[in-house]
Amino acid sequence: MELASLPDARLVARCRSGDEDAWRELVSRFSRYVYAICSQAFRLRQDDAEDVFQEVFARAYEHLERLRDDEAIRPWIGQLTRRLCIDRHRAGGREELSGDEPAPPGLDETMERLDDAFAVHEALATLPENCREILDRFFAQDESYQTIGAALDIPAGTIASRISRCLGKLREAFEGRKPSAEPSG
Amino acid sequence: MNAYDEERLAELIRALPLPPEGWVRAAQELPFARRQLDDIVARAEADLEFRRALVADLEEALRAEGYEPGTLPLEELRRRLDG
Repeated sequence: MELASLPDARLVARCRSGDEDAWRELVSRFSRYVYAICSQAFRLRQDDAEDVFQEVFARAYEHLERLRDDEAIRPWIGQLTRRLCIDRHRAGGREELSGDEPAPPGLDETMERLDDAFAVHEALATLPENCREILDRFFAQDESYQTIGAALDIPAGTIASRISRCLGKLREAFEGRKPSAEPSG
Repeated sequence: MNAYDEERLAELIRALPLPPEGWVRAAQELPFARRQLDDIVARAEADLEFRRALVADLEEALRAEGYEPGTLPLEELRRRLDG
């Protein structure tokens, strides 16, 4: 089984055994989520966001053995990111608010939205590569039809219909997913 | 969750953009960086001259020995050299 399709628990077990390819996959799998918490939920400045991003993965690497339930890696990383962002926020790292405010307004709603987004990206990862690529390029990377057409060697005029078909497949895959695990560790 | 229509799904794809590539690469290379860190600390314990050079100018001393300071957790290295 390819690393990209390994369930979280098996990926974590392989990381813990010292498999560096598995670690690279784990970082890849959670990097968007960590980045989004830093930049959207806490609106950290870019340099602060980078520090928190690196610290999250450094701590995850060091403390992976403390995770009680390997399936709960996503909420564990989410909580770790949140704690480190709060520390940074208290130290005055946010763009718009002073450092003595307890947390950004709407934090829980934003976290909930990012958790949903993570679940959608998990469903996206189960789609055929052509659908994954086209949906990610168009929606997450904000590429134009022309850029996507050139990169994937498909006529730009067919991209809208492909996106629509792939969104339909994504919806089916998403509706078949189980809810994510609760925090642990 | 099942009630999400395709517009909502698109919005949620958009909610997780890619982080800068360099950030991801640095985090992915953490195991390699950790091994280098252990190697540097071990050398500093065995070689006083190397240790003095590191304390005097960490980044320059690392470069002189063929390490790339930008890929190493320098704050942690400083803490370990102080400890």
